[in-house]
Amino acid sequence: MNKEMIRRDFLKTGGALVVGFNLRDTLVAQEQVVRGTKAGPPDARQVDTWLAIHADNTATVYIGFAELGQGASTALLQIAAEELDLDMSQIKTVRLDTNVTPNQGGTYSSASINRGGPQVRTAAAEARLALLKLASVKLDTPEAQLTVSKGVVSGSGRSVTYGELVGDKPFNVTFTGNAPVKPATAYKIVGTKFPRNDTPAKVSAQYTYMQYVRVPGMLHGRVVRPRGQRMYGAGAKIMSVDQASIRAIPGARVLRKGDFLGVVAENEWDAIRAAQQLKVVWETPPALPGNAGLFEHMRAAKSEDMVALERGNLDAGFTGAAHTVSQTCLGPYQAHAPFGPNCAVADVKADSALVMCSTQDVYGTRNSLSRLLGMPAEKIRVQYYEGSGTYGHSCYDDVAQAAVLLSQLAGKPVRLQFMRWDEHGWDNYGPGHLGEVRAAADANGKIVAYEYQGWQHGWINTETSAQLTGVPPSEWPGAGTGVQGVNRLACGGMYDIPNLKLVNHKLPVTSYLKAGWLRSPLDLSFSFASEQAIDQLAYLSGADPYEFRQKNMTDMRWLGVLNAAAQAAKWTPRKAAANLSKANIVTGRGIGVGTHLTSYGGAVAEIEVNKETGRVVAKHLYGAIDAGQVVNPGFVESQIMGQLVQTASRMFKEEVKFDQTGVTSLDWGSYPILRFDECPEVTAVVVQRLDQRSTGAGEEVMAAAAGAIANAFFDATGVRMKEFPMTPSRVLAALRGGKAA
Amino acid sequence: MQIRVNERSWTVNSTPDTPLLYVLMNELQLQGPRFGCGLAQCGSCSVLVNGVETRSCVTAVSKVEGKSITTLEGLPAWYASQKKLAKAPALHPVQQAMIDEQAVQCGYCFNGMIIKSSELLSKTPRPTEAQIRIAMNGHLCRCGTYPRIMKAIQRASVAMAGGAA
Repeated sequence: MNKEMIRRDFLKTGGALVVGFNLRDTLVAQEQVVRGTKAGPPDARQVDTWLAIHADNTATVYIGFAELGQGASTALLQIAAEELDLDMSQIKTVRLDTNVTPNQGGTYSSASINRGGPQVRTAAAEARLALLKLASVKLDTPEAQLTVSKGVVSGSGRSVTYGELVGDKPFNVTFTGNAPVKPATAYKIVGTKFPRNDTPAKVSAQYTYMQYVRVPGMLHGRVVRPRGQRMYGAGAKIMSVDQASIRAIPGARVLRKGDFLGVVAENEWDAIRAAQQLKVVWETPPALPGNAGLFEHMRAAKSEDMVALERGNLDAGFTGAAHTVSQTCLGPYQAHAPFGPNCAVADVKADSALVMCSTQDVYGTRNSLSRLLGMPAEKIRVQYYEGSGTYGHSCYDDVAQAAVLLSQLAGKPVRLQFMRWDEHGWDNYGPGHLGEVRAAADANGKIVAYEYQGWQHGWINTETSAQLTGVPPSEWPGAGTGVQGVNRLACGGMYDIPNLKLVNHKLPVTSYLKAGWLRSPLDLSFSFASEQAIDQLAYLSGADPYEFRQKNMTDMRWLGVLNAAAQAAKWTPRKAAANLSKANIVTGRGIGVGTHLTSYGGAVAEIEVNKETGRVVAKHLYGAIDAGQVVNPGFVESQIMGQLVQTASRMFKEEVKFDQTGVTSLDWGSYPILRFDECPEVTAVVVQRLDQRSTGAGEEVMAAAAGAIANAFFDATGVRMKEFPMTPSRVLAALRGGKAA
Repeated sequence: MQIRVNERSWTVNSTPDTPLLYVLMNELQLQGPRFGCGLAQCGSCSVLVNGVETRSCVTAVSKVEGKSITTLEGLPAWYASQKKLAKAPALHPVQQAMIDEQAVQCGYCFNGMIIKSSELLSKTPRPTEAQIRIAMNGHLCRCGTYPRIMKAIQRASVAMAGGAA
C-alpha cells in the first residue's frame, strides 16, 4: 500500500479529518476558534469538543461532570488515558464551564462513570483512531503494525508522538461513537487504584474552592431571610424593612426585589453584620404540621395515589401464608448540610452575565438563571468551582440565583456566601416518608406476598430566591414516581416475590418543607421499612436472616453483594435475637440489601445498644457494592466508607426539626451529625465486574446499611424500631413499648 | 494593626472586632482557613495561635495581636521549627499521610482536620485511637472520612517518630 492510498483511505473513513502535514495546517490554525469565547454547549458530535492533544504530548479532556469529592475527575481521566495509551501524568481536565465543556447532563444519581464514562471512552477511542491514521502516513506503516505507549506511536523502527502529529491543532473529526474500544481484558489503568489528582492541592491550601473565588471590584453580599424556612410556597412576605437599623454600618446597602432581600458591602464582615442587624418584620406564615404532627398529617392528607407495580394476586398470596408481618415505618426530613455553605460570584451586566458557583449542572443552572434574568441563556456563562460536598440538591442553585439578583440590583459583581443558618434552614431537604409494609412467607421460608404503600411529597422546582421575587412555587417533574417514590428496585425488587403491589400516595409539595434529592433519595426510609419486614419474616420462619435472603434471591448480582457483605463480616448462621441479654449494654448484628437506581448494595452492621441511656452506636459496618465495571476501586472503597459513616449519622442523629412556623434546625448544634467519638470501624468490599457496564457507586450501600442497622437493633434487643433517627428518647420508648416523648 | 501570620508580619485594615477568619481570607488571601459555620461548631476555620488550635471565625483579630498565627499554608515551616529542622519540608507529615491514606473526599474540612491533628501530634506524639477520637471530636466531616483521618494521624505519628510511614 503506498502513501497516497493510505491517505485517501483515512480521509474517507475519517469523515471530516483534515489534519495533515500540508498547506492546510496554516488554514486550520487560523480557523481554530479559541476555546471559551463562544457560548456552549460545544458540538458533542466533534471529537475536538471532548479532547485536545497538545504539542508537549499531553492531552486535555473536556468533561461535563463535576468533581464533588467523589474522584470523578480522576476516574474519567483514567478511562481517557486507557483508550489513548497515555500515562496519567500526561492527561488533565478543566473545570466545567458553559463556554468550554460539553453538556453531559448534570452530575446526578452517581452517574459520572455510568453516563459519562462511555462518552469519554468512545471519544478517546475516536481520537486514537485518528492519531493512528496520521501516524500510519507519517511512519509509512500500516495501522495494524503500530504500537503506542505514553503517546509515542512506533512502527517500522521509527516513532512519532501524538504531540508531533496534531499538537494543539483541532482534529476536525466527527465523533461517530463507532470507534472500537479496548476490551476490558487489555486494561492497564482502568480498574486500578490510581490516587486522586485533587488531593495534594486540597491538603496544602492550593485548591481554589468556590468560597475563595474573588473578582475585581466585587461587593460581598448576604441574603436576609427569616431564620428557618416556612411552608414551601408561602415564601417569606416582608411587612417592613427598617433601613435605619443598619445605619451604623458604613457602606452596607439594602437591596430588594419583591420579597427577595439582601445586603451588600465592600467588606465581608460589614455585610454579615448588616444582614444580622437589619430589622425586618415578616408576615406570619401559614401553619406547618411540625415534627410532632407530621406523620399523622401526611397519613390523613388527601393524596394522589398511583400503583407503581402490581403482579400476581396479593390477596391470594397472603391467604394461607404461614407467617405475616405488617408494620408502619417513619423516616424524617434530613438535610444536605454541606460542610461549607454554598457560595457564588455573579457579575450581571445589561446584556450578559458571568456566574461562578458549585452547581451539579452548569447548563441547568444557566437555564434557570436565564429565566430569572429574562436574558437569553447564551448570554450567560456559568463556571463550576467545587465547594464542599453537596450530596444532592443543596442550596447551590439558590445561592447562584441570589448572587445574580444582588449583582443586578447593585450594578456590580457580588460574592455571596450563605451563612450556616441560611444553608441549614433553607435547604431542599430529603423528604419525610411514611411506609406501610406487609409481607408474608410460606412454611418453606419463601416470600409469597409483599405490599408497600408509601406517603411522601416530591421535589421542588422553583428555588427560594426566584420564588421570593414572585415566581410561583412548582414541583420537580415526575414527583411520586421513580426515585421520588416507592419503586420496583428499592422495594422488594431484590427478592423473587410472586405476588406484589407497590403504591405511592403522593402529597402536595406546597404544604410541607422544601424538598430535593438527597443522597440515596428515600432509600434509607424504604430500606428501614422493607428490610425490617423481610428480616421479621426470617425471624418468624426460624431462619437465619442471611440464609433466608439467599433463599429468596436468584439474581447473581444481588447474591454477590449479599454474600460479599456476609463474608466480610464472617457471618455465622443463627436466628436473630437468639442471644438476648439482660445486661444494660447489649450488642447485635444485622444484614440488609439495598439499591438506588441500578447498582447493588449489601451491608452488615454490628451495633451496641445501651438500654439504660438509649444510646446506640455502630461498632463496625461492612458494605459491599456491585457497580459493574469499577474504574477505580480505591475511589469506590472511599465512597463505601463515606456511605457507611453517613448512614450511621442519618440513622442515629439526623432529623430536621420544625414547628408550626418553620424550621428550627439551623446549625450543627440543632442538627447534630456523627462525630469521631461514635464513628464505626468500616470495611468496604468492591465486587468488581469488569465485564458489566459501569453504574453508580455513591448511594446504594446507604440503603443496605440502613436496613442492616435496624435489623441489628432487633438482634440486640428483640424490639423493632419504627422510626429513625434512633435517638436515645426513641430507643428508650421503643424498649418500653411506647411512643417517644 | 499588625498581626503575625506564618512567620511574617502583616499590616491589616480590618476593624478590631472583625473575626480573624475574614482577615486571613480577604486581606491576606489565604486558602487554608475557611468559613463553615461562623459559630465555632465545625472546625473548618481552625488556625494555630501560639501552637494552640483556635477557631478563627469567632476570634476577633484584635485578640491575636502580638501572637504567632499559623495557617495550613505555614504548617510545614511551623513543623520544621518545632522539630528544629534546617529546612521546612514540602508538607507536614500529617498532610502527607492524608495523601497516602487517600483520606480526602471534598476536602473542605481538611484544613481543620490537619491543623487539629498537627496540634495533637505536637503534644502527644504517639496517640492511641481513643486519644485521637477525643482530640478530634470537635471537628466535623460531612463526607464521612473519619476512619481514614484516624489512620492518617497514626501514620503521621509513626513518620514523625522517624519510622517508616
